[in-house]
This record gives sequence, structure tokens and C-alpha cells, in this order.
Amino acid sequence: MREILALDGNAAVAHAMRQINPDVVAAYPITPQTSTVQTFSEFVANGLVKTEFITVESEHSAMSACIGAAAAGARVMTATSSAGLAFMWETLYIAASYRLPIVMLDVNRALSGPINIHCDHSDTMGAREAGWIQIFSENAQESYDNFIQAVRIAEHPDVLLPVMVMHDGFITSHAMERVELLTDEEVRNFVGEYKPAFPTLLDVHNPITYGPLDFYDYYFEHKRQQVEGMAHAQEVILEVAREYEKLSGRKYGLFEAYRLEDAEVAIVVLSSTAGTTKAVVDKLRAQGKKVGLLKPRVFRPFPAKELADALRHLKAVAVMDRSISFGAMHNAGPLYLEVLSAQRIYGGSMPVVDYIFGLGGRDIVPAQIESVYDDLFRILETGQVERLVTYLGVRE
Amino acid sequence: MPKGTGWKDIPLGGLILEAGNSVEYKTGGWRAFRPVRDAEKCIHCLFCWIYCPDSSILVQDEKMVGFDLEHCKGCGVCAQVCPVKCITMTPETEFEKEK
Amino acid sequence: MGKMIEIRWHARGGQGAVTAGKLLAETALGAGFYFQAFPDYGAERMGAPIRAYTRLSDSPITLHSPVLEPDVVIVLDPTLLGVVDVTEGLKENGVLLINTTESPEEVRKRLNLEGKNIRIFTVDASSIAIQELGREITNTPMLGAFCVATGLLDLNKIVEQVRKDFGKKLRPDVVEANVRAIQRAAQEVKQG
Repeated sequence: MREILALDGNAAVAHAMRQINPDVVAAYPITPQTSTVQTFSEFVANGLVKTEFITVESEHSAMSACIGAAAAGARVMTATSSAGLAFMWETLYIAASYRLPIVMLDVNRALSGPINIHCDHSDTMGAREAGWIQIFSENAQESYDNFIQAVRIAEHPDVLLPVMVMHDGFITSHAMERVELLTDEEVRNFVGEYKPAFPTLLDVHNPITYGPLDFYDYYFEHKRQQVEGMAHAQEVILEVAREYEKLSGRKYGLFEAYRLEDAEVAIVVLSSTAGTTKAVVDKLRAQGKKVGLLKPRVFRPFPAKELADALRHLKAVAVMDRSISFGAMHNAGPLYLEVLSAQRIYGGSMPVVDYIFGLGGRDIVPAQIESVYDDLFRILETGQVERLVTYLGVRE
Repeated sequence: MPKGTGWKDIPLGGLILEAGNSVEYKTGGWRAFRPVRDAEKCIHCLFCWIYCPDSSILVQDEKMVGFDLEHCKGCGVCAQVCPVKCITMTPETEFEKEK
Repeated sequence: MGKMIEIRWHARGGQGAVTAGKLLAETALGAGFYFQAFPDYGAERMGAPIRAYTRLSDSPITLHSPVLEPDVVIVLDPTLLGVVDVTEGLKENGVLLINTTESPEEVRKRLNLEGKNIRIFTVDASSIAIQELGREITNTPMLGAFCVATGLLDLNKIVEQVRKDFGKKLRPDVVEANVRAIQRAAQEVKQG
């Protein structure tokens, strides 16, 4: 029977891992991720899974162990945050380029320094070029659902890329909510038995080489192949989501459009803040204001055309970024730059402005989100964009 | 653009699916000095065979019979370890002249 | 319930506010409510003032921001009254539940709440905890007082949840001591 439990985001993902029952988990603790693998290690200790749990001395080693195990034919998972993800940098690229379908939870936390343990998206955004599929979750339920789907996406023969699933540090990772779990059997059947796409390192009858030297003669071709995997990922993500919806009743896409269809202005924002924005949208709608929300779920591969199409009818759009792309155009955030590029390529002439918010866990409250909608309506009235980038909630 | 197979036709992830295909990679062209053996002096101790990093010492019936010049890179380890000094590292330019 | 109820907890690190919030959430789950329970993590250590939040609703909760205007404020430690503004943002007709030996009237006077529409409840949860548990851990008795003060959850449900949750980790006599603490606090809580 399906259970409904009171779980925080990290525990919800630990349960997903338990139900998936991976062959190998190699992880190193880091706040606010720690309780995920701590909870999972209890499942291992209690014999609820057959997973080989490898404790390592760093995240570089964690991802290296994951790569080795995946190349040896294991279904592999890990979890990290912030500096841990940064310490994996080199190995993130290796996992993606070897086409190893590793699944990782990244609990979003600011990067140092000054040192900070709270939520922003600078860790994931810094890794956006590493070749991983990146899926953001609004709450514990989504993180659980996304983690299970990630296995199928990563292992799909047309994709074969590692997947990173995100939820917000503390806001989601340590907030207890109502989470509906599938049954163990349903999850087991959904992810299926793992069949590695290639002969593996432990297959002595089909010896192969992983990670050979790859110079100017073939490296470029291998990168071109990775693009192909990423290009296929979008359709696979939707296909897996459709199947998951049949099983769970919960619908997922490339993004979620909330009261967007007839909206005049909208906010584009990731993760838990999108949830808070829904409450603001409801409030403003009750006042007759035509406001909407677009919450990207998949950031890599970025659904440029679909997103531009969904925004096309709007008169003004605000993107909210929980990180800064330092030195980029107007020092804007990465989500803004993507949305703007999508609009440039696929049409849409409305003004698009950026709001940097919530860095290092700075609270974002409904009144601030309301002020963003107010700004958008002011742009409609005056036809003027005062600022392309606004820092929301910083002291001047 | 270098010659080679296109991205659609090579294994994913830089994998080499065929074991032992490094022999197809001819490294003899890297050589500046070629080992030349005085067969009269050779005592077939096979030190050269043990030390050669490129497995380029050819052996038949436990006798040293010559060099695999398609893979020998001319490092000279064989000449160094030979107890009777029967291997001489000779500049490749001399063999060019022969041609 | 009708609408969303927002609760803010004030305590010191180590007094079990986070556990109490989660216990409340699990009880709410059993009662069919939607809920959120989350701590406000600073660089905390034992003894430092902390806050935690709980939201209860009969429909899904999408808000993920801290509670700014609580319906209910629960103070686990009386020494916080001079340190933290516990009534900050507390709604009209809101509930202030404090662990203290003082009466509701004394608290009202001390916090300058005379004439304000705030319902004040007090209970000496520290003494109850020391007598029943042998340690000053006030989170469970405060949950008992919460049921009476707010009427939001059934006291028996909390007791049931404590037996279920604590029963996994603690000795049966410790579990029952917690149950007694809850029931006593529910009887001894005073309104003013």
C-alpha cells in the first residue's frame, strides 16, 4: 500500500534511493545534504537495501568512486551540496563524458565565501556546463518524484548522461511536508533492472577501455556525441514523465505553467520560491490582476522553444535568479540569460527583466514577490524599463 | 580537419570496445635512434625483452631474434641493460641514407 | 480548519522545538491536514535562541517563506521573553502560549499587551517536565497545552503520536512519562 508520510526533502529522497535500491552509493557528508545519505546509510545498515555504501574522504573521491562503480556496471547514486559539488568539478565532466548514468541529489547551497550554509543556486549554476541533466524541485514531493524519474532518464539509451536533481537547502531539505510514496514494488518496476549500455569493466569476456587519451583527433567527436545525448534528453524526460504520471497521478513537464494562459505579466523562477509565488499569484488574481508564473523544472537541457512559446503572449516578464553570473551581461543571473536568449531566437518582444534574490539564504517573502509584479505592471503603464537587473532584498 | 571516423560512427564516451587494439597504433615513427644488434655477441639473456617498455623485442624459441620496428620508439633501454653491449643505438638518419 | 494556521516556535537550541514542530506535523498528517514544519537554522548551538515554524492547512501549502504573521506563538523557554520579541507579527486574536510560572495577566503586563486582542496562555511546563521526565525538556508538555489553547488538534491524537514516535527510540517508561507530561500540561494550562 502507498504510504503518506511526514518527511523533509532529504528524507524523501533517501526513501526514493531505498526504493530504487542502487548497487552503489558513494558519498561524503556536507550541510545541508548530510541527512540524505545519513538516512540512507541507516537503510543500508538495517538491510533494507543491497547497496554497497562507500564512505570516502572527499566529494572528489565520492564522484570518482561513483564513476568507477558505474563503469563497472553498477547503478550508482550520490548526493552533495555547494562546496562538495565544487570539489567534484573535474569528475562531473568525466562522469558526463564517459556517458555514465549516475544520479545525484544536489541540495542547493551558496558557495563560499564568505562561508555560508544556506540556500542559493550558485552551486548548480556553476556546474551547468558540465554535461549533466539538471532538474529542479519545488518541494519534497517533487524531489522524490524527480529522483525516481532521473534513473530512467539517465539510463535511457538515447541519453546516457548523468542527472542532477535539486531541491532548496533548508527551505526544502529540512522542511517536513506531506509526501506520498509509491510502493517499493511500483518503484522497482518503474526503474526496472539496470542493464548497462556497454560492456563493463568487470566483464572479463569483453574487455574494454574506459578513459583513454583522446586528443584533437577524436575528443571533438566525443563532445559532439554528448550534445546528441542532451538533445534527446528533452523528449525522454517528457516520455518518462508521462509514464510516471500514469503510475503516480502526478504530472511533470519541462516546466510548470501556473495561471499563465491568460496572464499579462509573469514571473519565471525555480524551486521553492515558485511555490511561494503561486500563493502570491492566487492573491493578486483574487484582486483581478492577470498575473502568472512559469517554473522551469528542467534547466539542462534548457527548453528554449517551449519556454519562449509559453511566454510569447505576455506583456512583460520578470525572471528571478537565485545566483549571479558574475561578469555576464549586466551581471545578470543564468536563468535570465537563458530566457532572454530563448526569446531572441524564438520570438517575443516583451520586456524581460531580472531580479537577483535570496543569495546565501536571504529570506524571500510574498511581499517582495508582489513588488516584482507591481514593477511589471509599472512597465506596462509607462512603457519604460528602469532597470534590467534589480537586487531584491539587498541593503543599499 | 584531421582524418578519422565521424561522431556518429564511434563508440560513445571515448570507450575502446576492442581489446588490445593498441598494436594498430604504429609508434615506430617516433624513433630518432634505432637499436641495432650484433647477433654474434648476443647471449640471449633476454634482459632487453624484460626491460623494453613497448614489447618490441622479438623472441622465438627463447632466443632474441630482432626488434619490432613498427612499435619501437628508440628509447635505448635495451642498449643500456645489455650485459654484453651488443645493441648500438644508431641515428635513423643513417638508414634514411640507405634508402 | 477553514484556512491556513501558522505557528512560530521560540526556544533555545537543544530544547526540542524542532522535534515538537515535527511531532505536531505528524499528528496533523494523521488528522488529514496538509502541513509544513521547518526550523530557522542559524549558526546554532545549545542554548542560543532559535525559531521554528509549523503551518497547518486543509489544502496543499505552496508557501515556502518563513512565517511572518503567525496565528500562534509558542515560547518554550521563559528566559526568552526579555531577549526576543515573541509577539512580533502575531495576528489579531492570535494565541500566545508561554512556558512560565507567571500567570497570563502577569505576562500581559510584562509584554505591554494590555488592551491588545491577543489570547495568552501560560503553563509551568518546566516544572512538569522536571517532575515527570527528570529533565527540563518542555516540548512535549507544551504540545499538550497547545491542544487546549488552540483547539486545533485532539489531545488524544498527540498522545497517540508520541507513543508511536517515541516508542521507536525510547524506553516504555520514558514514553509514558512524556504522555503524563502532555496530559498534565493540558490540565494545568491557564488562559488570561
